[in-house]
Amino acid sequence: MLPDFYNELGAMHGTIMVFLGVVPLAVGGFGNFVLPLQIGAPDMAFPRLNMASYWFFFLGGVTMLASFFVPGGAAQSGWTSYAPLSILAGTGQTMWLFGMIFLITSSLLGAINFITTTVQLRATGLTFMRFPFFVWAQFVTAFLLLLAFPPLEAAGAMQLMDRLAGTSFFLPTGLVVSGQVLQVAGGGNPLLWQHLFWFLAHPEVYVLILPAMGIVAEIIANNTRKPLWGYRSMVYSLVFLGFMSFIVWAHHMFMTGMGTAMAAFFQTTTMIISIPSVVILTALIISLWGGSIRYNTPMLFAVGFLPMFGIGGLTGLPLGLNVADIPLHDTYYVIAHFHYVVAPGTIFALFAGIYYWYPKATGRKMNETLGKIHFAGSFVCMNVVFMPMFLVGLAGVSRRLFDGGASYAFAQPVLHLNVVSSWGAWILALFQIPFIFNFFWSIRKGEKVGDNPWEATTIEWSAPSPPPHGNFLHAPQAYRGPYEYSVPGAAKDFTAQYEA
Amino acid sequence: MDIPYTVAVRRDTGLTNGKIGIWLFLASEVMLFGALFASYILIRVGAPSWPRGDTILNVPLATFNTLVLISSSVTMVMAWASLMRGRLGTFRLYMGATVLLGFVFLVVKYFEYSHKFESGLFPSTNNFLAIYFTLTGLHMLHVMGGMAVNAYFMGPGAKQWKSNPVWFTNRVEHAGLFWHFVDLVWIFLFPTLYLL
Amino acid sequence: MTSDHAAELTGDHAVDIDKHVKIYITVFVALMALTIITVAISRVHLPVPIAVSVALLVAIVKGSLVACYFMHLISEKKLIYAVLVLTVVFFAALLALPVVTMHNGFWLR
Repeated sequence: MLPDFYNELGAMHGTIMVFLGVVPLAVGGFGNFVLPLQIGAPDMAFPRLNMASYWFFFLGGVTMLASFFVPGGAAQSGWTSYAPLSILAGTGQTMWLFGMIFLITSSLLGAINFITTTVQLRATGLTFMRFPFFVWAQFVTAFLLLLAFPPLEAAGAMQLMDRLAGTSFFLPTGLVVSGQVLQVAGGGNPLLWQHLFWFLAHPEVYVLILPAMGIVAEIIANNTRKPLWGYRSMVYSLVFLGFMSFIVWAHHMFMTGMGTAMAAFFQTTTMIISIPSVVILTALIISLWGGSIRYNTPMLFAVGFLPMFGIGGLTGLPLGLNVADIPLHDTYYVIAHFHYVVAPGTIFALFAGIYYWYPKATGRKMNETLGKIHFAGSFVCMNVVFMPMFLVGLAGVSRRLFDGGASYAFAQPVLHLNVVSSWGAWILALFQIPFIFNFFWSIRKGEKVGDNPWEATTIEWSAPSPPPHGNFLHAPQAYRGPYEYSVPGAAKDFTAQYEA
Repeated sequence: MDIPYTVAVRRDTGLTNGKIGIWLFLASEVMLFGALFASYILIRVGAPSWPRGDTILNVPLATFNTLVLISSSVTMVMAWASLMRGRLGTFRLYMGATVLLGFVFLVVKYFEYSHKFESGLFPSTNNFLAIYFTLTGLHMLHVMGGMAVNAYFMGPGAKQWKSNPVWFTNRVEHAGLFWHFVDLVWIFLFPTLYLL
Repeated sequence: MTSDHAAELTGDHAVDIDKHVKIYITVFVALMALTIITVAISRVHLPVPIAVSVALLVAIVKGSLVACYFMHLISEKKLIYAVLVLTVVFFAALLALPVVTMHNGFWLR
């Protein structure tokens, strides 16, 4: 494989997974489908705006995928598109920038819709502290999208200006390229791009994890037949986390020569932001204590999420500390850290959500046996792929090397771990086959179920499966909190939020 | 099931959906222009020297444009007030004035830009011009967008006055909020680029 | 139903509107005056930090007038205020933190 093509795959893998994968699925998919149902709303507040949001996403996706076929190939300067490399790159980078502008617009329109819908269209009796945790998660996520994305849109426009109009926003004076000084005005600063990029990209990672936490919370409450432990703390943590996420971003820039004062500031805010994450994770774990646990497929993925997110989160701590980051920055350790959070973290939560809400969307359940095979194989393989990467990173192997470190003497002792990861990846791919088959097969042949097959308490389960136009046959009302499971003296082990 | 709170307000928030929607959108726009202002600050602080705005740009013309935009904000809010008083004809007049003033703003900008280009001053010439063209260019796109929306409400959109006057009035109010925001951005843009 | 709403709305607010229009005209005059003032001050060529502070102050006053009266922010609901306060906080962070980070304590010089 040519090094350039490796770089294309690297940059586009990150871009596609984040902006065409997780965000559209977790927010656009789960958010748009589940949120109105969980708050008892007939629809989203702005249906046409929603459609616009989808078509911008579609346009952005087409632009990103088409960029592989232009001369020079797709963007290849990392999903981070750092200047000056990205300014000098080929046409694919321009398409990346336009693609990002479309995708950002899509998310902005969606965020406006989510916030308005949540505040205005919730059912009678559904106060904020009676929201299912999933609703809170999507609500905070929408604010992150609304306020953090625009600076990247502005930065994207500025990078387009640098590339197409010959400006030097991000190009310093006297930059030498291939032995010649670049003929531009200069006076720009590559760090300006980094600041604007990471201002978005840090809240973005919370956009990736918050909906996942929401999904896991719903499924754990349902399958332990107990209320969530520490609901109030979890909600406060969520809001605090959202707020803090805006003032930690330069922990991605510790190695750019910032002074000790600002390094201390960002290090401190980064350590503080780990607290709400720990609170949420701990509350979810404690929620298992004393529960009547049902090990169906959604629950397996939800419970599997917990230690995986734990590993991902804990391994982030040395990265957030200025000095510890020095040997770890830009190594495979970083890759392992964030993949643990998004892959066996978020993606597991998304799988859990798909198995869980599939009956609401289709009126049928997915096959349990195939689901368990999917889970077992995926869980093992995820760890086979990503655990070795911590060791490779600790040995000092940089990320984004097309040969995986093979040309470096210090990397030789750990190179075999790359092979282990690769085996894990291919087998992980094989274990997705039962899932894909299951997903499509169950549409026609899955076990038919009623409106509330999981015996859940939240409002979406009172709608028909699949929900008609207007979501509900009669406008629902909320009479109690979202997780009234095993109420002493009740007839059943669950008391629905929507039953009088 | 109809979507509620499009016309009537929801009791506990006191707001319609559209009012929240437009303010959320404006919040995102604050961050969009904020990023460009942050860039201006970073570039200027890091520059060995920075020209004073009036040495490169046309202050009298821009002052005139500022007054034009402020006037258009007044005509915009008067357009909404006319609807509140139930006067469609007056609304059309004020809305027309708003669109016209917006057009004047664009014409002045056209002269400003073409004069720069004729003098060999482009975004690529130096960073002052780069941020000037980018900031005013993005602002100009917003002016155009606002004008399109306003022209729609003055023209074909006004049909809704017959069928749902309250919803129409609200929509005009929301368009007004966007237009005032565009004016507000210029209120900061003008001194930043032209006077400092 | 909708015409009832319209009558109710326009009836209720008809008196308010007259008061509002008076305010709009006052604000308009103030904005014009402040524009002239800020341009006049800029002719004096004050040292940059002072010039920036004064220009910013005038702009904030002008902007506040537009926001409070043309955009009716002065009589808006709590939810809108909450969203805007949040936005202003992050706006301030976006404006301040990069330059302070790059110049390690920029304004402390």
